[in-house]
Amino acid sequence: MVSAPARPAARAVVACVVDPEMPMLTLDDLGVVRSVETDGDAVTVTITPTYSGCPAVAEMSADLRAALTAAGYGPVQVRTVLAPAWSTDWISDDGRRKLAEAGLAPPGAAPRPAPGPVPLTLAGPATVVRCPRCGSPATEELSRFGPTACTALRRCTECREPFEHMKEI
Amino acid sequence: MSPHAEEEDATNAYQSLSETAGIDDPRWAFGSGFEDVEAEIEAPLPAGVDAADLAEYCLMLGDDALVCAQRIAEWVSNAPELEEEVALANTALDLLGQARVLLSRAGHVEGAGRDEDALAYLRSEAQYRNVALAERGDDLDFGVAIARLLVFTTWRLALMSRLLDSRDPVVAAVAAKAVKELTYHREHAARWAVRLGDGTDESHRRMQAGLEAVWPFVEELFRTTDVERRLVAVGVAVDPADTRAEVDAVLDQVLAAATLTRPDRAPMGLLGGRGGRQGVHTEALGHVLATMQSLARAHPGATW
Repeated sequence: MVSAPARPAARAVVACVVDPEMPMLTLDDLGVVRSVETDGDAVTVTITPTYSGCPAVAEMSADLRAALTAAGYGPVQVRTVLAPAWSTDWISDDGRRKLAEAGLAPPGAAPRPAPGPVPLTLAGPATVVRCPRCGSPATEELSRFGPTACTALRRCTECREPFEHMKEI
Repeated sequence: MSPHAEEEDATNAYQSLSETAGIDDPRWAFGSGFEDVEAEIEAPLPAGVDAADLAEYCLMLGDDALVCAQRIAEWVSNAPELEEEVALANTALDLLGQARVLLSRAGHVEGAGRDEDALAYLRSEAQYRNVALAERGDDLDFGVAIARLLVFTTWRLALMSRLLDSRDPVVAAVAAKAVKELTYHREHAARWAVRLGDGTDESHRRMQAGLEAVWPFVEELFRTTDVERRLVAVGVAVDPADTRAEVDAVLDQVLAAATLTRPDRAPMGLLGGRGGRQGVHTEALGHVLATMQSLARAHPGATW
């Protein structure tokens, strides 16, 4: 009888890979890993991009391949699927906690689109975003577009600290 | 640190870069270079859909996004403030992401072995299918840039929200992501239009001038092509004429809040009944493509 190679399960290897832009989160926490399938040594990982233009997808694929190859798997294929579209609702509770601990305000509930034309809101969003440092609800948006596609820039008017907020989509 | 040590460090930095990239993970000097499989791209052609029509339709939607993204990206390193530069770059990236999938789908459905890079970098003006609005330059005038972005995103959001149920799975998947993204892009453009229009005399004048500059290109957005007509009948496309009421209502909402006036400008005409969708473009597209394609054409297949 041949003993099984001493290597962690592919799913466990994938679970440890972190997001290239927000390394406090694993890809699992972010909710972009859709499936991990093994066939002997071969592994197929299916991920979904956060935004169409997310430049980190190529890095995610490379990191997944590197981690699985280092763990003794191969060939490794990373597939991306677009549907269903990623939503910030897929970020795990653990992921939300880690975001807040890293000073990044986690997203609230994603908007549920009603059928028909998408209404245009000219006023700022009514949702309250608490400062991840002091907890104050008195924060204001500086820019809708932060350093990564998925974040916005805000400032706390109590402790005066700027911070990033993960946009609800 | 001695000059020699610096030189060594620089060499090491390049070495470690190439080691990180690895032998089987080349970085392209241009284009995506992504070898990962986009699962949906290879989805079978929906029953009753003509492959040439679908390829053409994906080019239309993809070229709109690609060319507009290239125009918006001209603001990178030229924006009035850092936050705005990041906003415009992110917007362009999202449009580019939509274009990549649509061009890949067009190439797959066409079945002639052309991938997204071949379609983006190796087609001439007459082979592009975008509307003229997307290629309209702004000479780094922020009023024109915001006017173009407002009209373009308002129209594209109206299109995409009607394509969520397209029978082509790739078009539907792109639409689902695009609706979320374009909602942000449109809001961004609309809020700038209000800030500028309802701002100082000078900002009002510049925003109004921006609208006047892009207005001749609005009419083309609602012209229906034969390809679209055939694809509407099989549940793949939407008739762009159906988006006019929504686009008008949204623009009216913004113009009212911004104290701007709806321009009264004659639409740009067609040439022998043909426009951007048939490959007849303004001179501007040649400039866009010259910038976008020069590296790829000078160094075919270059990697680093």
